[in-house]
Amino acid sequence: MDPVAIIGVAQTKFEKRKKDLTYFDLVYEVTRDALNDAGLRIDDIDTIVTVSNDFLDGRTISGMGVGDAAGGYDKNITTVEGDGTFGAFYGAMRVLGGFNAALVVAHSKGSEGNVKYITNAMFDPIYHRLLGVDAISASALQANYYMEKHGYSEEQFAQVSVKNHGNALNNPQAQLPMRITVEEVMQSRKIADPLKLLDCSPVSDGAAAVIIGTEKMAERSQKKPVWIRGVAHCSEEYFIGDRDLADPKALRDASQRAYAMAGINTPREEIDVVELSEAFSYMEPLWLEGMGFCEPGAGGTLIEQGITTMEGGLPVNPSGGLLSANPILVAGLARIVEATMQIRGEAGTRQVPGARTALAHGINGPCGQSHCVWILNEER
Amino acid sequence: MPDWLRDVEGLTQKGQIAVPYTWWVGETGSRFLLSIRDDRKLLGNRCSRCNTVFVPPRKNCGRCFVDIDEWVEVGNEGVVIAHTIVRYPFEVHPVDAPFAYAMIKLDGADVGFLHIIKDDLDALKNGVRVRARFREERTGHILDIDSFEIL
Amino acid sequence: MGRNVAIVGTGQTHHRSHRPDVNGREMIYEAIQRALQDGALTMDDIDAVVIGNMDHFESINYVDTWSVEGSGGVMKPIMKVTTGGTTGTSVAIAAYYHVASGLFDRVLAVGWEKNSESDTTAAIITCSDPIWDRFSYSGAIPSLATEATAYMERYGATQEDAALIAVRDRNHALNNPYAHLRKPITVDDVMSSPMLAYPIKLLDVCPRTDGACAVIFAADGAAQKLAPKPAWVKSCAVRHTFTWFGDSTDYNRGLVSLQRASKEAYAHAGITAPADEFDVAELYLPYTYAGLKWIEDLGFCEAGGGPRFVRDGNTGMAGKIPVNPSGGVISTNCIGATALLRVAEAAIQVMGKGGDRQVPDVRNALATGFGGCFWSDVMILSAEKP
Repeated sequence: MDPVAIIGVAQTKFEKRKKDLTYFDLVYEVTRDALNDAGLRIDDIDTIVTVSNDFLDGRTISGMGVGDAAGGYDKNITTVEGDGTFGAFYGAMRVLGGFNAALVVAHSKGSEGNVKYITNAMFDPIYHRLLGVDAISASALQANYYMEKHGYSEEQFAQVSVKNHGNALNNPQAQLPMRITVEEVMQSRKIADPLKLLDCSPVSDGAAAVIIGTEKMAERSQKKPVWIRGVAHCSEEYFIGDRDLADPKALRDASQRAYAMAGINTPREEIDVVELSEAFSYMEPLWLEGMGFCEPGAGGTLIEQGITTMEGGLPVNPSGGLLSANPILVAGLARIVEATMQIRGEAGTRQVPGARTALAHGINGPCGQSHCVWILNEER
Repeated sequence: MPDWLRDVEGLTQKGQIAVPYTWWVGETGSRFLLSIRDDRKLLGNRCSRCNTVFVPPRKNCGRCFVDIDEWVEVGNEGVVIAHTIVRYPFEVHPVDAPFAYAMIKLDGADVGFLHIIKDDLDALKNGVRVRARFREERTGHILDIDSFEIL
Repeated sequence: MGRNVAIVGTGQTHHRSHRPDVNGREMIYEAIQRALQDGALTMDDIDAVVIGNMDHFESINYVDTWSVEGSGGVMKPIMKVTTGGTTGTSVAIAAYYHVASGLFDRVLAVGWEKNSESDTTAAIITCSDPIWDRFSYSGAIPSLATEATAYMERYGATQEDAALIAVRDRNHALNNPYAHLRKPITVDDVMSSPMLAYPIKLLDVCPRTDGACAVIFAADGAAQKLAPKPAWVKSCAVRHTFTWFGDSTDYNRGLVSLQRASKEAYAHAGITAPADEFDVAELYLPYTYAGLKWIEDLGFCEAGGGPRFVRDGNTGMAGKIPVNPSGGVISTNCIGATALLRVAEAAIQVMGKGGDRQVPDVRNALATGFGGCFWSDVMILSAEKP
C-alpha cells in the first residue's frame, strides 16, 4: 500500500442535545477545524466523503444536507452510509486511487429523532421488525448469550463502564465523564437484562472529521502525520439467529487482515493503545477477544486484572469510548481522531505515554455485524 | 452553547410526512407464513452445500451463495439459547414490558429463531424448552405466532 | 493515478413495476448471480462489495448489513454508498476506487430499488430542506419542470421536441429484454398524456421500477483473464454541489454540474469532441427535456441546439452518437440501480454483449448519473486500456 496518512483531525464536543446548531453547522465546524488543524485550506482538498444516515436525519439523500458545509462545492464528493470508519476507509482508497487529500466528515444528531424507531428499522421488516426489536434489545440478547457462554458476571461488564466513564474525565469532548462504582452500575435502572442504564452508551449529538493525504500532502500539513498501516472491514451474517453472537468472526477476519497489512504479529505487544466501539459494556471484552488481544473467554480477565486501564499494559478507550459519548456514525471516526491524537502526543491528560501504534475500530449493523479496523503508526 | 441559550427553547418547525410501506414477502417467505396461517406448521429449508437448515427459510444460502430448494418441517418446539427480559416501553413492542425476546433453536433447525415469550418470565432461562402458541385468527404474519410458552 | 480498472461482467434483473415473487435481498441475488455468470466468476472470487439504494424507498436501515445474504457480503468487506439518483454511479465509482487503490482485485458494485414497496413522492419529498424547500418543491418533478420552462422560454424548444426523446428511448427499449417499459409510443401519445406539472406530462417522465443491477470491476492483470474485451474505466468525475434548490436555479447557465463533471472527465480521458469521439452514450435522462438540453451541457452541440441535433437523427441507433440503446431511464427506473444501469449498459456496449441493442464497433462509451440537487456524475469507458 502506498503511504497515506491522517494529516488533520477535528471533533465537536459531544452532547445530549446541541439545540443551537443544525447538522449543517456541525459539519462546517469540524471541516473548518480539521483544515485549521492541518494548516490547510479547502482548496487543498480534492475529494470529500460525507458520512450520514437518512433515518437519523429524517431526510432522504442525507448527504445533500451537508455537502456544501463540507466544502463540497465543485468537488468530487460522495456519501457513505454507515459508521465513520467505513467512510474514512473509502476516503483512503480515493487517495490511493489518485486524489491528493480526502476530507471525511461524519455527523449525528440523535436528539432530533427517536433512536428506538431508527434502530428498529435495521431489522427485517417481515420477520423481526414488528416484534419491536431494536439495538438495545438485540444487544441484550448478545450480552446474555456471551455471558453465559463464558461464565462472565454483570460485575465484570460493569467494570468496563466504571473505567470508561472515569477515563472520560480526561476528555473535554466527552458527554458523560463520571466517577462511578461497580455498585452504582449494578444499581442503575434495568433496561433489558443483563443491560442496565450504565451498561449502555448514551445517544449523542456531534460531528468529527479527518483529512487523509498522500506523502506529499503530509509534508504540507503542520502536524506530524499519522500513517495508515492497515485497514480492513468485514461483515458476518445478517439474521442474528444465524450468527454465533459470542464469536465475532467478522471482527477477527478484519483484524487479521489489518494486522497483516501492518506487519503486526503479536497485537498484545505491538499495539500501544486501542480505541474501540463499545456501544455497550459487554462489547469491550467481546471485541478484545475478536481482535486477538486474548483468547475467547479471557476478555473478562483482561478487564479484571486492570490490563485495559490507563496504567495497564493495554489501555483501551482512554477517551471514554462510546459509553461516554455515542454519536451514531461519528463514533468510529472519533475513535480514529482519538487514536491519531494519541500518536501525535496531543491527547492531554488522557495521553498514553509513548504511544506509537494504535488500533481504532468501528461497528455497523445489529450486534456488531460488520467491523472496520484501523492500524495507525507514527512511522510510515 | 452560550449560557443564555440553555433556558431558551429554539424556534422549530413541525412536520410529518406519511410514508407508508408494503414489503413483498416473496415466494419463499410466503410459503413459510402461509404454512403458519393455514397449518400452524413451521417450515425451514436446507442448503444442499453446507446442510444448514434455515428458519425462517431462505431463497438462497448466504454462505454458499447457491439457491436452496429442499424444504423441511421443523418442530414447533425448541430450546431457548439466549434471552433478554425487556423492561422499557416502545410502541412497536407487541406487548407491554416486561416481556422477553428469545433466540430459539427449533427442533431440526440449525439457526436461531427470534420471537417473544410473554409468560412465566421467572422460569425463563437458557436451556428451557418452549413451544409456539398460535393465534386463533391468523393472516400470514409473523405474529400469527402469538409467542412461545415455556414447557 | 491508481492502477487501471475494467468492468468484466454485468447482470441485471428483468425490470418490472412489481416483483411480488421476491423480497429485496432475493432480487439483488438474481442480478448478482447473472453478473457472476457473465464474468465467469463465483462469489468466492469477489474481494469486496459496494451496495447502494435510497433508504426511504424500502425503509431498510443499514442496507449493507441487511443485504449480505443476497449480496454475497457474508464474511466479506461491504459498505454502502448512497447519493440519491446518482447512487448507481457513486456506487460504480466507489467500486472503481476499491480496485484502483490496489487493495482489492475484484469488486462487486450493486444498485437496487424496490419502488413498489413505498410511495415514491412521499419518500423523495424528504430530500428537500424541511425549513426552506420542502413545502414548495415537492418530489422530483417540480424542480425539473422549472428547468424545462426556462429552457423553452430561452431557446424556443417545444413540448413536441421533448416528446421525441421519449419516443426514441421507448423505441430503443424494444431491443432490451431487461427494460421495464417495452411498448413503443408516439409524439401524439406523449402530448395527450396527463399534465403533471407544466410542461411535464406523464409520458415525459420515467416510471417507478423494481429492479437490481450488478457490475464487476477488476484490476489490470485480473481483468484481461476474466473478459475477452474488458471495458476500461478511462475517467470518472462527480459534481454534487448545492443543498438548497434555490441555490441551483440559474437555469440560464444550463446544468452546471454536468458541464463541470464532463469537462473534468473529458480532460482526463483526452476527449475533445464528444459527439465524434464517443460511439455510444447511456445518459441518465429522468425526463424528456433533459434529452434536449443536457446533451448541450455534455458538449454534443451548442447551447440551444439540442432539438435540432435530435431531430436530425444524431442520437438514434444509426446516428452519430446513439443515445440510450437500452431504453434509458424513461423505460426503466429502479432508482438505486438506474445510474449503475447506465454504467452497465455502456460496459455492455464496449464488451460487445449488447445483442439487439449493440452499437457496432464501440471503442469509447459515456455513462452519466443525475439526481439530488441537480447533481451529475460522468464515467467514461473504453475498449482501450488507458
